Parts: sequence; structure tokens; C-alpha cells
Amino acid sequence: MDLKYYFDYNSTTPTDPRVVKEIIPYFSTKFFNPSSFYRKAGEISIDIENARERVAKLLNAEVNEIFFTSGGTESDNLAILGITSKLKEKGNHIITSKIEHSAVLNTCKYLSKNGFEVTYLPVDKYGLVNPDDLKKEIKDTTILITIMHANNEIGTIQPVKELSEIAHQRGILFHTDAVQSAGKMKVDVKELDIDMLTISSHKIYGPKGMGVLFKKKRVKIIPMIFGGAHEKGLRAGTENVPGIIGIGKAAELAILEMHENEKRLKPIRDKIEKGIIEIIPDVIINGNTDKRLYNTLNISIKYIEGESMLAFLDNQGFALSSGSACSSKSLEPSHVLLALGLKHEEAHGSLRISLGKYNKKEDADKFIEVLPPIVEKLRSMSPFWKKK
Amino acid sequence: MLYSKKVMEHFQNTKNYGKLEDADGIGKVGNPRCGDVMWIYIKVRDNKIIDAKYETFGCVAAIATSSMAIDMIKGKNIDEALRFTNKAVAEALDGLPPEKLHCSLLAEKGIKAAIEDYKSKKNIT
Repeated sequence: MDLKYYFDYNSTTPTDPRVVKEIIPYFSTKFFNPSSFYRKAGEISIDIENARERVAKLLNAEVNEIFFTSGGTESDNLAILGITSKLKEKGNHIITSKIEHSAVLNTCKYLSKNGFEVTYLPVDKYGLVNPDDLKKEIKDTTILITIMHANNEIGTIQPVKELSEIAHQRGILFHTDAVQSAGKMKVDVKELDIDMLTISSHKIYGPKGMGVLFKKKRVKIIPMIFGGAHEKGLRAGTENVPGIIGIGKAAELAILEMHENEKRLKPIRDKIEKGIIEIIPDVIINGNTDKRLYNTLNISIKYIEGESMLAFLDNQGFALSSGSACSSKSLEPSHVLLALGLKHEEAHGSLRISLGKYNKKEDADKFIEVLPPIVEKLRSMSPFWKKK
Repeated sequence: MLYSKKVMEHFQNTKNYGKLEDADGIGKVGNPRCGDVMWIYIKVRDNKIIDAKYETFGCVAAIATSSMAIDMIKGKNIDEALRFTNKAVAEALDGLPPEKLHCSLLAEKGIKAAIEDYKSKKNIT
């Protein structure tokens, strides 16, 4: 069966047709290198600055605080590596959380093998960092705190404002990975008092291969990619003009549509959640149901494994994700679900539903109809189910 | 993840699953931590496996290999079944993705464990 029901928007989104339309000329009639002398090229620079302004508006940032990169991963790397190499004489301690995206975790892991000390804050069973834990872990050598805004797997939204306040009281810089929250909800860098923030284009209906690092003007970092003087010397390389135009348009649309999306998608998500709880026994809702992205639902279905569910769902035209090891290339299940205190087998049996603006109300009904027989079949095959 | 047609066939249309009530041997292998647990039940008469079933908690590959393994040992005598290898089941399924080969190993272990269990119950050495 063809893919009919896409429930994996936290993984990636289709590029909005209005974004595509705006990008297309930059492959042909507006192909020029913005660094070139002639007027036609200069016009491209203006278009880039307009896109920068649109992104700045999405974050309530200043235009000169927006830097274009190749994606969320590069922005996370640039923020963390850029600060630590700048401030390495001042200290060598970084604080992050156990449930970060691998772009943050593996950058920290690399640093911990190269003279830095990293503290990974635990989370409670709903995925929240405790601000008191952060206070306790700060040392004189702490130079950076990086804690994500909203989690990609469970949707839990961290008290970022409170956390950045704690950082600033001790004069420490605060970075947040806002890849999942930006474009879905209000992310105001002034209100949250953030020093650096990461966003990704393809999570907000823009093209892939495009990201942004917001960096306050007074925060100095060392670039990671060297070359020409692009992006004020912070990120060398001829600009990905179609990508930049794309994220600009995507940001503009997100500002206009995020409230509408929330109003429409939350009831669909809630309906799926309620439906599953009512029909299927022995399930666990993962994440914080009060402080959670309105499009995200993570649920563990006990006694069965996630990839098997995904395969049956795929046959019925549903695309979603699981925190099971088998849906990835490693043998460990999701580090996020384990950090919540789930047993390995519960993490293996998780499903993540992440909705987006092209989902319809009927999708929820169809899902609630299709999932229970799949669960029943897999449970009838499982050695754990009948032993209850 | 792309599986062969054979794997998907066995996964979707698997039979042979469930508990075998009067099993003569049960092989319990795998670890829920790793996401794969396989129980192999066998019924033996005159040294021959006359019936077999499985119960599996696991991914597509784990279920497909369980299903194929049961097909391959049913009707075989014990010594033949003991020569069953993970390679044979993977080949019969037209191959498995490299990171899933451990699932076929589980099927081999499960069958061997079930036969061991049968032998120890019957005091056969």
C-alpha cells in the first residue's frame, strides 16, 4: 500500500509548495554567487538578507544574530565546539542533559575525549530537567550549558528560561537546541534569554541541508569551517542560496500558521492518545503530558517490539517511528526513553507519532482502527504477553 | 530498512506461532534488553520433530527467522535439526541486513536449546 498517513513530522517535513515556488528561480535565473561584483549578484545578497530578517522575526532576534549553516547538526556543533575552543583557557566543563539529540551528545562525547569534562543531567520520568540539579552541577570551570528546548522523541518542553537564568547568574553561556520547538511554538530568544540557539529548516517545511545558529552579538565563538568571509567569517563557504531563501519563506509561513497548526493538530494528537489508551491495555505514555509539543505522542506498547509494529503499520500506509533498537542501526533502544527510567523492553516497544500540517482529523480515526489488531497479533506471538 | 520479499512474507503470514501445550522441549533464548526473545517449542516422537512452534518478542527479522526456522526443522530428526545453522535460515530468507544477522543466530540457538531441553528431560546424552 502507498504511504497515505505520514505521522513522522519530527523526523522531517515535506517542503511547503509556497517555499518550493520561492526557491526555484535561485537554481536558474538567480543562480549568481552573492559575493560577485555585478549588480545581479548583489541583488542575491539582498534576498539573503531578507531571508535572514524573516528568520530573525521567527525568533525575535536581531538580523545580525542569525547565521546560516548546513543544518541543525552543524549549528549544534558550531555552538558547542565554537564556544569551547574560544573559552578553553577559562574552563573545561560543559553541562548538558541525558536526552539531547545526538548532534549535541556526540559533540560532547568528542570533547570529553579531548580534555573537557561533561556532566549529563538526568531527567525525571516525564523527561524534565530539574533546575536544582543544574544549580548543583555548576562549577568554576563550567563554560557552557546546552539543554534542548523540546525533545524530538517525547515532545517534553524544558523550562529553558529558568535554566538560562541559572546559567547567567553564574556568568555561564546558555545554548539550546530548538530544532523541534521553533516553528511549532513561540520561541523568543529575548524572553527566554538565550545566548545561542539552533534551528533546522527541514523540520519547519523548508528544504533539507539548511540550518540556523542564532548567536547573540556579544557571544564570541571560533568558527569550525574556514574559507571565505561568508556569514561574517563565522561559517565559510558560498551560501546555499536556495536553502537560505527556503528557510526564510518557511520561517515567514511558520509565524503566520503556527497557532492555526496548534489549534488543529492538538485535538488530533489527543484523539489518537485517548483512543489507544481506551482500546489497548498495558500501554505507557512517555513524556510530560502538560509540557509537551502539541504534535507529539510517544507511547510504549508493552510485550511487543516497535519495528514489528512499524512494519505492519507501513503495510497499512502509515509512516511513523519507534525508539526500538531495531528501527535504528544500533542495538540499544532510545537513550531518551531509557533516561525516563523505562525498561529496555518498554523502550523497544515504543511508537512515536508526530503530526504536521498536512494531517487530517480522519487520520486519527484510521490509526485507532488499524493499530489494535496489529498489537493483538504481535502480542499473540510474544512469549511475555500470555505469561502475565 | 529494506528486507527481502521472503522476509516480509514470513513476517506477515507467519504461522507456527503460539505456545505448544505438550511440548517435549522448550528453548528460551535472547534477552529483552536487546529487544529479541525467542522461545522454541518442539514435540518429538521416535527421535523426530513432529511439531514445533515459536513465541517471539522482537523485530521483523526475529519473527521471520523464527517462522522460517520452524518450517525448516519440522519433520526432521533430532540430529538433522542439530545441524541447523543461522546461515541456512538467512539464506532461505534470501538474506538479512547485516545488522540483523544476530536474529538468525538466535534461531539457531533456540533450536539447539529446545533439543537440549528435550534431551535432558529424557536423560539422553
